[in-house]
Amino acid sequence: MTVKNNAVAGAVKTSHKEPLFHLVKRTDIATWKKWLIRVVAVVIALLIAGIVCAALTGGKNFVKFYSELFSGSLGTVWRLQVMLQAWAILMCISLAVTPAFKMRFWNIGAEGQTLISALAAVVCIIYFGGKIPEPALIMTMLAFSVVAGAIWAVIPAIFKAFWGTNETLFTLMMNYVATQLVLYAVNIWAKDGSGTLGVLSHGSFDKLFGMEYIQNVVFVTLLTVIVFVYLKFFKHGYELEVVGESVNTAKYIGINVKKVIIRTMVFSGVMCGLAGFLLVGGSPSPTVNANLVGGRGFTAILVSWLSKFSPIAMIFVTLLVVFLERGATQAANTMRLGDSGAFVDIVVGLFFLLIIACEFFLNYKIKFRKKEGK
Amino acid sequence: MFLTFLKNAIRFSTIFLFGSTGETITEKSGHLNLGTPGIMCMGALGGCVGESLYLKSLGGNYAAINGFNAVVIGILFAMLFAGLGGLIYGFLTITLRCNQNVSGLAITTFGAGVTNFFINYVDRTGFNYLAAKFTAPISQATDWFSTIFLSHGALVYIAIALALLVAFILKKTRTGLNLTAIGENPATADAAGINVTGYKYVSCVLGSGISGIGGLFYIMDYLYGSWEYSIDAMGWLAVALVIFSVWKPNWGILGSILFGALYILPYYTSFSFAVQEIIKMIPYAVTIIVLIITSIINRRESQPPAALGLSYFREER
Repeated sequence: MTVKNNAVAGAVKTSHKEPLFHLVKRTDIATWKKWLIRVVAVVIALLIAGIVCAALTGGKNFVKFYSELFSGSLGTVWRLQVMLQAWAILMCISLAVTPAFKMRFWNIGAEGQTLISALAAVVCIIYFGGKIPEPALIMTMLAFSVVAGAIWAVIPAIFKAFWGTNETLFTLMMNYVATQLVLYAVNIWAKDGSGTLGVLSHGSFDKLFGMEYIQNVVFVTLLTVIVFVYLKFFKHGYELEVVGESVNTAKYIGINVKKVIIRTMVFSGVMCGLAGFLLVGGSPSPTVNANLVGGRGFTAILVSWLSKFSPIAMIFVTLLVVFLERGATQAANTMRLGDSGAFVDIVVGLFFLLIIACEFFLNYKIKFRKKEGK
Repeated sequence: MFLTFLKNAIRFSTIFLFGSTGETITEKSGHLNLGTPGIMCMGALGGCVGESLYLKSLGGNYAAINGFNAVVIGILFAMLFAGLGGLIYGFLTITLRCNQNVSGLAITTFGAGVTNFFINYVDRTGFNYLAAKFTAPISQATDWFSTIFLSHGALVYIAIALALLVAFILKKTRTGLNLTAIGENPATADAAGINVTGYKYVSCVLGSGISGIGGLFYIMDYLYGSWEYSIDAMGWLAVALVIFSVWKPNWGILGSILFGALYILPYYTSFSFAVQEIIKMIPYAVTIIVLIITSIINRRESQPPAALGLSYFREER
């Protein structure tokens, strides 16, 4: 534009309208800034949850919400154990979905993969429980779970690898196939016609250290190290990352893309299998029902993505999520807010939405229009 | 017996049809909205809030309920609440360019939570009187034609009309073609002078709003005004139906009737409970098979929009 419309200073500004601001992609951002933005997002989410809670109880319980949050998750040794158990399972599933996501394979079927593994473990208990020694039973359950999880994960992977079938929807549908199989099995096993399976008397491994559940935490911590090493130091980890960045590059440097997709999904399935095994065998009251996984397969996807696929960051993100879940449950119960499960969904949903939104400020910079006369 | 079955299949299909018509509009703009189950829940909540306010304005005089007003208020509030969910999703994925899958899943968690929680705060007394208006059939006759085609409440016909209208708009009008262009290649559409951001926002909000009416139907028509939390499984089936109907809402009408028939089939059989659970698996299995077949045949017309799931940032070329 060469039109001189600023001849009379201040009278006419510009003829073409420059937008108030525009976006620029960031290439780098200081680490402290990254964390500051994320912490601000979490604080805002908690503030909104506190305000909602206060509004529902007539403006009284704003502070109490936060004290309940801590007391519900850390208040007693028992509550701490429950939280750590929740951490172990969510962490295990989050680890499971991570390699596939690094490969840009949108596996949203972790829910079904875990559920079918839990079912496989219960099948072992029902048919072998009491007939073979307990350690042998536990090992059989482990094997069945892992194989079931792997099968559930590898079916969509094969179709994705050979025909490019949309994996997001395929894995999503597999969740419901698994749910229906569980309902079928439970209806067959429940002789009283109630449609629910009671607590089974076999197949739970012994309490370690006198604290229930602690074995799961130890087990999952080990798995975290394994996944970390696998992704970081093994050729497999490198290959799946290349496939995720660009399939063509991967082909060019001689990576067998089909093989990597299938192998990675088997790995994911095996990890989900372990989570299913822990849900049944790692609980003092092993049983299975359609709601056993309870949406953790979906939460794990959010956790994995928010941790930027880093197993180390995942430890803390998972802790934060289970802290919110346990704390919000307690808050809803003590203040009689109504459906505590739904209240947890609101708090956790807010947390996720704000954390997702804050990613924008990590990736883009807003540049405002320069002032006139500069 | 068969007539009743067919009639109820058509009735039940309405939930899927609203959900999938809305989701198709959103997906056509290149946005895979996995928040649809949560958004349908929010539509149900919105409908309940609207109807509750309507009943309050009548002051408990249930005889004064006007069928037309009741349905319109329900639709408007359902679209308002569900559209709000769509707006959050749109803001995250269009303006903030966040990952669509995780944004959608977060909306599902949030929407289901909000609905389950706040539904208990909505005064639902007198909803059975309202439901009678929603389910009022055109004709009470019992011959086969009336039973299948004329025995439904208003929302069933609205769903079918809307699906046909959306199919027409997508295929025959400039607006629809522009939307398709954005879903295939937003950069090209942008260069051609189409307002990409505007189209995307309208399609996300409007699409979510239409999906939300499915939630309203489930509460006010199918459940006769009571409340039971099982919308999310139907929301996922609605997402599946979009693929099943290969992004064509007019095919979605037949697809939704098939899904509806499969969903209620167990109640019309004398199998044991266990076998019924296996029959309930069929809609999901059928969707998987359709997914596989369309990907193997690989026809151009039956593929998802090329830019589905990708954020568009103009300065990144």
